[in-house]
Amino acid sequence: MATLIDREQLQQMVDSGAQLIEVLPANEYAEDHLPGAVSHPLRRLEKESGQIDRNRPVIVYCWDAA
Amino acid sequence: MAPRAAARLQAMGFREIHEYKAGKLDWLAAGLPTEGANSQLPRASAAARKDVPTCGPDERLGDVRARSEAARWDAAVVVDESDVVLGLLRAMELAKGDDLRVAEAMRPGPSTFRPYVPIKEMADYMVEHKLESAPVTTSDGKLVGLLLRSEAVDLASGCEDCARKMISVAE
Repeated sequence: MATLIDREQLQQMVDSGAQLIEVLPANEYAEDHLPGAVSHPLRRLEKESGQIDRNRPVIVYCWDAA
Repeated sequence: MAPRAAARLQAMGFREIHEYKAGKLDWLAAGLPTEGANSQLPRASAAARKDVPTCGPDERLGDVRARSEAARWDAAVVVDESDVVLGLLRAMELAKGDDLRVAEAMRPGPSTFRPYVPIKEMADYMVEHKLESAPVTTSDGKLVGLLLRSEAVDLASGCEDCARKMISVAE
């Protein structure tokens, strides 16, 4: 089960080498994304999972908590 | 969407998965930098006038009008001691009786907008809803500035629509 983190924890984890993944559609990623984030839209996650490093923590985010 | 992504990653065998639950909206609301095509586009905060006159709810309307006119404004934003927006005095409210309290004359609870909203979306919304001005506030209601429709429309000229609308109904 994923651990829920806040903004401050996210910044600390990214500084420590965590991978930041936006799972929104690619056009939304293209408009605005968090610094250093990569795009792996939910629909393509399985197909693109080989691009994600399994040995580093992964942080996923979308638009909001809703 | 993020919870489903986390669940799928877990099913694929990823071991350390975290979810930034508040998401991109929280990041933008904090005024933090982003990357992408919109990161260089003007947002509501860029055009919001920080020099708009402010006043408290217990001030005398005539005093506020005089102050606004001296500053060449025909509007003022009513705030509390923490700068939280309580109301708006447009030209029609400022024209009311001198001895009214501001709280009696103001338009209470105006719609407020977040600083990160792209200026094109703001301009379109203000035109569609016939808003001459719109207070821009932080997520906890503190005044950033007053956005004037004419300035929003000018600044939005040439900007394209964004994929995600950022003005929520609640605002």
